[in-house]
Amino acid sequence: MNKWSYCVIGSLLVATAHADSAALAGKRVFDQWCWSCHGPGPDKPGTLGLDAKYQGTVPALLEQRRDLNPATVKYFVRNGVFMMAPFRKTEITDAELDALAAYLSHQKR
Amino acid sequence: MRVPPNVTTKVFNEALRSFEAAVGKSWVFTSEEDTALYKDAYSPFFGEPEERWVSAAVAPATVDEVRQVMRIANQHRIPIYPISTGRNLGYGGSAPVYSGSVVLDLKRMNRILEVNETNATCLVEPGVSYFDLYRYIREHKLKVWIDCPDPGWGSLIGNALDRGNGYTMAPYRDHFGSHCGMEVVLADGDLVRTGMGALPGAKTWQQFKYGFGPYLDGLFSQSNLGVVTKMGFWLMPQPDAFRSGTVCVYKYADLFKLVDILAYLEAAKIMTAMTRVESPLLYGAFKAPPPAPELIELRAKPGGPTVAELEAYAQQTDTPYWSVILRFYGSAKLTAAQWEYAQEKFSAIPGAKFRDGDFYEFPLSDAAAEAIMDKAPLGIPSLEAFSMGGRSPVNPSPSQGHIWFSPIIPMSAEAIHECDRVFRAAFKEWGVNPLGLPLPQLYHERTFFQIYGFPITRDPEINRKNRETFQRMIKLAADHGWGEYRTAPAFMDSIMDVYSFNDHALRRTCERVKDALDPNGILSAGRYGIWPKHLRKNTQ
Repeated sequence: MNKWSYCVIGSLLVATAHADSAALAGKRVFDQWCWSCHGPGPDKPGTLGLDAKYQGTVPALLEQRRDLNPATVKYFVRNGVFMMAPFRKTEITDAELDALAAYLSHQKR
Repeated sequence: MRVPPNVTTKVFNEALRSFEAAVGKSWVFTSEEDTALYKDAYSPFFGEPEERWVSAAVAPATVDEVRQVMRIANQHRIPIYPISTGRNLGYGGSAPVYSGSVVLDLKRMNRILEVNETNATCLVEPGVSYFDLYRYIREHKLKVWIDCPDPGWGSLIGNALDRGNGYTMAPYRDHFGSHCGMEVVLADGDLVRTGMGALPGAKTWQQFKYGFGPYLDGLFSQSNLGVVTKMGFWLMPQPDAFRSGTVCVYKYADLFKLVDILAYLEAAKIMTAMTRVESPLLYGAFKAPPPAPELIELRAKPGGPTVAELEAYAQQTDTPYWSVILRFYGSAKLTAAQWEYAQEKFSAIPGAKFRDGDFYEFPLSDAAAEAIMDKAPLGIPSLEAFSMGGRSPVNPSPSQGHIWFSPIIPMSAEAIHECDRVFRAAFKEWGVNPLGLPLPQLYHERTFFQIYGFPITRDPEINRKNRETFQRMIKLAADHGWGEYRTAPAFMDSIMDVYSFNDHALRRTCERVKDALDPNGILSAGRYGIWPKHLRKNTQ
């Protein structure tokens, strides 16, 4: 293996580690702010609502969705929908929202 | 950028620059996109000119920064509206009462300063939510419980100051009543500590409420006289066990004895938890499955079913006319004895039946705690309440929020019947049908709350009609001696108006205090119907 191969592998490892830590940051935001409504269980209004809306055509749990993209996630966090109120930047900062959006979109990989 | 009323752009810009110097540029929000996040998501004026708007938001991280912001606002006469977590949905959320105010967003002040397990007390900042404190307690395996309101993301301080309530034993579920000690920044930036906090180096700030001299704490609840930056609370020591049981009675007239016995058990501190009087026969019990088709048919009978018909159905199908869930905290033995004693008392009602309910011993694992469906009586925060009005299999058309009309009525069967009769007749006459939990809730000791809900929609005409009904209910309730305990900004003036003893002496007194503590009238103008001198209207 030549030095370029090492560099490529090294870069891939760094990129993967970076993606993992970004995903972890996004998961932390999800657990802090979203899970109480969008986690599993019959007492989670977000999950209940999405289940009733999509009737099983897409998963009711956001973390299991494969069709979300960052723009969609950001839109709902900053605009809310029905009973869900928007989140302010003192609650979820722009950087945290980037991480959350990446995490929920990351699931499709 | 929008400018607050009665403030020039030049002065506002100067104030904003000073705010930026105090808290950092990234924590002063002025763009349309950012200030829109502070609108009340559950506003009954949604999309109408009266919908409250925000000129800017400032988010300090420390008490010193709050003091600086208040000094700057006072100097420039900028209207300021503090929020804690801003999640007081249904009661104004993060929006000001006075449009154009600068929101003082305290969410970044989110430190849990102390949890004392031995004394079962805590000291927190305004940005600390019930979820935050619950997670902290579990993480540190502390043997104390919190008492939470329906939404777990609320602030302990914000909810207590708005005189919110929860579900565990009294006195903990009276959130203002269970606080102990405050730190408050006044409109001019001065800093006050109440109770023992006024004694430098006091060892008992969170243990002894009163300190020395006048008890000021009440002035800072449901008011606009200061910015509370720290508050202590008494926590509930973790019990060894929890037990519940249901009392079922089958005749209309049984309500009288049922409430009297409940009142005795509560005042005697034998049953201290939140509960509600339910009628599985008339309305269905809380979280119960849908009623049988025969019962639906009976309820819908033209002219309404007679009491005799309802009682016959109750007996035949074992459907209680009235029921109450009792909840006990203590040990296995103690709660069994309490439940047994309660059954003895309620056995004075002929035909009363008793059903054992849940039993838990503590501590619970995370998984066991999460598996519990009725979390609030165990001090476990959740957001389950937002299922009400949200999309579900039985509600395909979700609302955009809700507001509540909640008059306080006496704890008696007579009052329950009178309230039901008065509002039922009014709704018929007005042609309206509010969402209902038309049954009494025992949130605070010795009284019932009657709760009527209104959905928030995106249709201004429906919202207007609901506001009109709400306003009529305020007056009708007051005519019968029932008053609201808490409300959304849209109704604060109207409710303060009916608390009118001696030519509105309560409001006049509050205004005198307001003028003394906040002579420039910058702080939370209009909150709970108290306006500064320059904005005061004759609203009688």
